[in-house]
Amino acid sequence: MAVETISKTPEVSLPISSDSITLRISRFNPKNDLSPIFAEFKVPIQKWTTVLEAILFVKQNLDHSVAVRYSCRQASCGSCGMRINGKPALACYTKISELNSNIVTVEPMHNFPIIRDLAVDFKQMFANHKKMKPYIIREDSEIASDTKEFLQTPEDVEKYLQFSYCIKCGLCNSACPTMATDESFIGPQGLAQAYRYVADNRDDGKKERLKIIDQSHGIWRCHFAGSCSHVCPKGVDPAMAIQLLRGYLLGFRK
Amino acid sequence: MRESIIMKIHYGTALGAVALVTIHILFRMTQNFSESLQYQNVIANYHLLPYALMLEVVLILLSVHGFNGLRVILLELKQGIVYEKLINYGSIGAMAALIAYGSRTILMAGMGMS
Repeated sequence: MAVETISKTPEVSLPISSDSITLRISRFNPKNDLSPIFAEFKVPIQKWTTVLEAILFVKQNLDHSVAVRYSCRQASCGSCGMRINGKPALACYTKISELNSNIVTVEPMHNFPIIRDLAVDFKQMFANHKKMKPYIIREDSEIASDTKEFLQTPEDVEKYLQFSYCIKCGLCNSACPTMATDESFIGPQGLAQAYRYVADNRDDGKKERLKIIDQSHGIWRCHFAGSCSHVCPKGVDPAMAIQLLRGYLLGFRK
Repeated sequence: MRESIIMKIHYGTALGAVALVTIHILFRMTQNFSESLQYQNVIANYHLLPYALMLEVVLILLSVHGFNGLRVILLELKQGIVYEKLINYGSIGAMAALIAYGSRTILMAGMGMS
């Protein structure tokens, strides 16, 4: 892979003088480029500087054309997923000081089409997410005047709570080895969401969802590598959700 | 056929094959390994009807499991309607052909034909 080095040094000075790192950003525009190249930037850091802040420093001071998707800066929106030193992670949630390296390489996530540089296309992931019918399915309603709120015990909530923390950042899909070869695979994100609603005792759509995932590119293509759970920034365990869903399909769970 | 049914068959054939191959190996251990592979002893296995039937079942279990495993690997390598149909029907065809050929061998050896 070719490496383009940009020797431009920052003209601004931060309030507290600090160390600096080399930030290597993968640059690729599928419309113009044949393969990605790396652009290198010297970025001053402090011990609390996150990877996203370093990228934004580059955008503000060195090269405004770097494409990156971000929004909340607090690991809530799931926009800034990328590979940081080879590992899928949220840029806003990864401190540079925790990486123990003077060179930080940021690349777009695997298993997603690249829009430009670090921004990837989530279309397929969102389509798979929607396919899982990510809402409560039941005949009656808790908002009609003659009904009451659907009650759940803390134990009922516990069954699906961690899976409802998913922020759709796509890191699990990026880490999934099956997704690397099988582009039709639903992926750990979609499957974990299917389990989130299947395990919810207010929901009556279990049969529908199990039918959707019980296909040739569905749940059975998971090899249980477990990398999806390893990279999730919100502590969701999609690998476990997949095994629990398999329990329903094999008849071990009702 | 639903994928869960196919995978139940896949897991079931694996467990069945492990059990029957274990019996097969234990039978080999009733004599020296080199003796058990002598022509007369091998042919004698086929003449014993229950053992020949067990070998036939092992053949079916391993063929079903093996070709479904191959089908799954090939489906993960590449996607496409035509390709996937080709792989699905090709696997069934190859599985049937292997079972037919193996059954023919078991039958011929059992009947004393060479």
